[in-house]
Amino acid sequence: MKLKSLIAAASIAALSAGMAYADAHGGKVKVGMITTLSGGGAGLGIDVRDGFLLAAKGNENLELVIEDDQRKPDIAVQLADKMIQSEKVDVMTGIIWSNLAMAVVPAVTAQGKFYLSPNAGPSALAGKGCSPLYFNVAWQNDAFYEAGGTWASENGIEKVFLMAPNYPAGTDGMTGFKSTFKGDVVGEIYTKLGQTDYAAEIAQIRASDADTVYFFLPGGMGISFMKQYAGSGVDKKVMGPAFSFDQGILAAIGDAALGVKNTSHWSKDLDNDANVKFVADFQAEYGRLPSLYAAQGYDTALLLESAMGKADVKDAAAFQAALEEADFASVRGDFAFAPNHHPIQDIYMREVVKEGDVVTNKVIGVAASDHQDVYGADCKM
Amino acid sequence: MPRETLLNIILFLMLPATAGAALLLDEPFIITLVTKAAILALAGVGLNIALGLGGLVSFGHAAFFGLGGYAMGILASHAQSYTPLMETPFLIEGTKSMLVIWGVALATAALAALAIGALSLRTTGVYFIMITLAFGQMLYYFAISWPAYGGEDGLSIYVRNDFPGLNTLDPIQFFAITFGVLAIALFGASRIAKAPFGLALSAARQNPERVETVGLAPFRLRLVAFVISGAVTGLAGALFADLNRFVSPTMFSWHTSGEIMVFVILGGVGRLFGPVAGAALFILLEHVLGGISDFWQVYLGLLLLLVVLFARGGLIGTLAGREVAHD
Amino acid sequence: MSLILLIEQVLNGLQFGVMLFLMAAGLTLIFGVMGLINLAHGSLYMVGAFAAAAVAGWTGSFILALIGALAAAAAAGALVELLVIRRLYDRDHLDQVLATFALILIFSEGTRWLFGSFPLFLDVPAALAGPVMLPGGILYPLYRLVIIGVGLLVAAGLFLLIAKTRIGVRIRAGEADREMIAALGVDISKLYTIVFALGAALAGLAGALVGAIQSVQVGMGEPVLILAFVVIVIGGIGSIKGALVGSLLVGLTDTLGGVLLPPLFESFMQASSANSVGSAVASMSIYILMVGVLLFKPSGLFGGN
Repeated sequence: MKLKSLIAAASIAALSAGMAYADAHGGKVKVGMITTLSGGGAGLGIDVRDGFLLAAKGNENLELVIEDDQRKPDIAVQLADKMIQSEKVDVMTGIIWSNLAMAVVPAVTAQGKFYLSPNAGPSALAGKGCSPLYFNVAWQNDAFYEAGGTWASENGIEKVFLMAPNYPAGTDGMTGFKSTFKGDVVGEIYTKLGQTDYAAEIAQIRASDADTVYFFLPGGMGISFMKQYAGSGVDKKVMGPAFSFDQGILAAIGDAALGVKNTSHWSKDLDNDANVKFVADFQAEYGRLPSLYAAQGYDTALLLESAMGKADVKDAAAFQAALEEADFASVRGDFAFAPNHHPIQDIYMREVVKEGDVVTNKVIGVAASDHQDVYGADCKM
Repeated sequence: MPRETLLNIILFLMLPATAGAALLLDEPFIITLVTKAAILALAGVGLNIALGLGGLVSFGHAAFFGLGGYAMGILASHAQSYTPLMETPFLIEGTKSMLVIWGVALATAALAALAIGALSLRTTGVYFIMITLAFGQMLYYFAISWPAYGGEDGLSIYVRNDFPGLNTLDPIQFFAITFGVLAIALFGASRIAKAPFGLALSAARQNPERVETVGLAPFRLRLVAFVISGAVTGLAGALFADLNRFVSPTMFSWHTSGEIMVFVILGGVGRLFGPVAGAALFILLEHVLGGISDFWQVYLGLLLLLVVLFARGGLIGTLAGREVAHD
Repeated sequence: MSLILLIEQVLNGLQFGVMLFLMAAGLTLIFGVMGLINLAHGSLYMVGAFAAAAVAGWTGSFILALIGALAAAAAAGALVELLVIRRLYDRDHLDQVLATFALILIFSEGTRWLFGSFPLFLDVPAALAGPVMLPGGILYPLYRLVIIGVGLLVAAGLFLLIAKTRIGVRIRAGEADREMIAALGVDISKLYTIVFALGAALAGLAGALVGAIQSVQVGMGEPVLILAFVVIVIGGIGSIKGALVGSLLVGLTDTLGGVLLPPLFESFMQASSANSVGSAVASMSIYILMVGVLLFKPSGLFGGN
């Protein structure tokens, strides 16, 4: 254990040494991170935080203030006020959930601070509500779904059954899938948010003539559905976005998830230098496999450090231009910003497999290359 | 002067004193926290009219809090996008005027309280607790699945609403507004408690049969109390939405109902300033403990438990000593 | 909708109802005997599920996991009763609500402290995995049938316990007149601890059984708690029979509402909006049911006075 963390420390030191030349240009940057660290959903926030800390470790020019939003929008708004008014941060980041992002981001950019989103990408912020100071380092919410629809059309899937919770992220996701899917949607169910028993829905899926189930059920909802689906004897194929199949969730589902196809912009087996290093460092530092949230937190810190090397954060125009260049080695491979400051990136298709005793994801192909969201046209900045 | 009165004066002055000190020290976030405490205290003052005076344990006041919030959110979002709320049969425009929004919030919450109260007050005891909870849950699920106003994402309002002669975006000025509203509500609540209506309501709590024999209908007394209570909590909801410039269905969740109840009990049920003390203490604990550990809610839980078990009558009951007439 | 599908959905409703009964029975007993509103009952459900997941992780045995869940929940229940709950019996409902609300915070975040923030793994034992063919050509998961069976057995056991045994007599006496049975020399505080631990064990059993097909995570008890309250209020607080009837009513309403309402709305609305409106009404359906019952029977279906 000691040796492991020593290696980690050494490799992180090497990383920050690489950044050091750059820091000569810019001054210090104070970052405010508001994320979910307690209550339900804390696992996602902890991963974003840990990924960010891993990348930023040893960088003395980066001062980080972390606060817990408890997944409550009103708390998040008040913490944002605190960060801006009392802590006087330059850059903010950390929010996991779309509804919290919608509450916080407009206020942050209106007060002239940069916001780097490590997870949520609501369509309003990509289109009409876009801002020069807002950068999304993760994805626009529709990306995984559109890529899923494209892949399904190209891989002989004809009849799908759609399922999501009855709330905006759920209905938007299904709309995204339908926008690129060319086959038939034979059934569509919107369940109660937080529902944990899916026996009734599974019966409807069984009775339909769909060949594939495409669902988005975040967190515990997805765990419950997959376990119950596996026990039901229904043998239709299962697809979904990566949110229902990240590392933390797979550990709880177990073998029941094997064979599921899911779309993601990142996977731990992506073969690029940055990613190999990230996965090894993360495991050494925290003793668990990284999730896509950890990857996004890590990339967010890398992006920030790249811009710090090129410009002073007090010079907003220059810092914005430096961020727009996205001059960092993303763990996802190629990464660039579209004019609306949302990613242009490959979305991969992954399959859930077993490696030894660990249930995890493996990339099986590209579902959509250089994917970009459709809302940019409405963005005037 | 009785100790409780002295305590009330200290409590009342503590809010502006803290806000003023924060202004001098240039700590605007502290002002925001004090403002939040004042607004949540207002919600508690509303609940306390039903709970303390009327003995009506409502576990669904989040319904009114949320309705007030959405009254603000819906009106302001229409004003923000310059689209009318309704065109037929007559035109209703959105508005950014705080005073108009308050009126709408009060009226909406009062109407809802009238409907919910008329149905719920047929039951008593635990059944009343649970039926009010059920109404709150209905509105919660409705708000989540109703797409027109953002569903679970909620509604963002970019600028705080207008109040004549003040810059509401300045923390201290917005605090002054909320503090003024809280003061008026406290004054109103104290008058209600001493008025014939309040006395009859108290009597109906302690001995409904006797009230009936003198020719008053306990049901109607309770219904009126419930409506006033809901309206005040609705107003607090509108202010809370303005504080955050944001509304979402979490305002309707049963946790919100529980928290409003916690403020009242923490401070002391039936004490005029109980909700003020309770809300201030709660915010203080949340702020201080949150900085100590990720698992701060364990400590919060332990503290709440100690208060219930060993500090009967809540904070004010403990400090002021004298037991008020409460069951 | 075909008849087979409908029958399958009724089975699903039954299974959900039986599960709720395990929660509601404890809740209603505790209220009936001690007059206590216990918001922390959902936490005991969570304790059961986490204990089961932990034991199954160490030993690999589902039976041991169930025993572990029962033991852990009963122990947690007895401990909480001795330390906290017994000070609340003579308090009003408000103090009980606040104290048990505080217990929820302590249990939830304490569990997260012990087990971390990620959901735990707990699976159906291999012998019970997969579906079975029922008469009429219905393919139905075996494990859910087992849950229905276990739930009905527990219900029968509870009725026997209360109707035939010595402790049952005392429980009934305690519901009828608390002072009297103390005066008759029954050790009332021991009886209370036993009843509370029994209720806790039932909740823990429910948590473990459901944990195998749902997600074992912090906060899993809260939605179930609210539903269990709806159940006992519909059934009449304090009545085991009411809890059983209420559970089945709520289970069937929730399941069938979700299945039948969207198509029903489609018959007179546009398909796209019917789906979301139908789902919205379905998620409110049990609360509408509860309000409806209370309007006609203000003390629930089987409530005394």
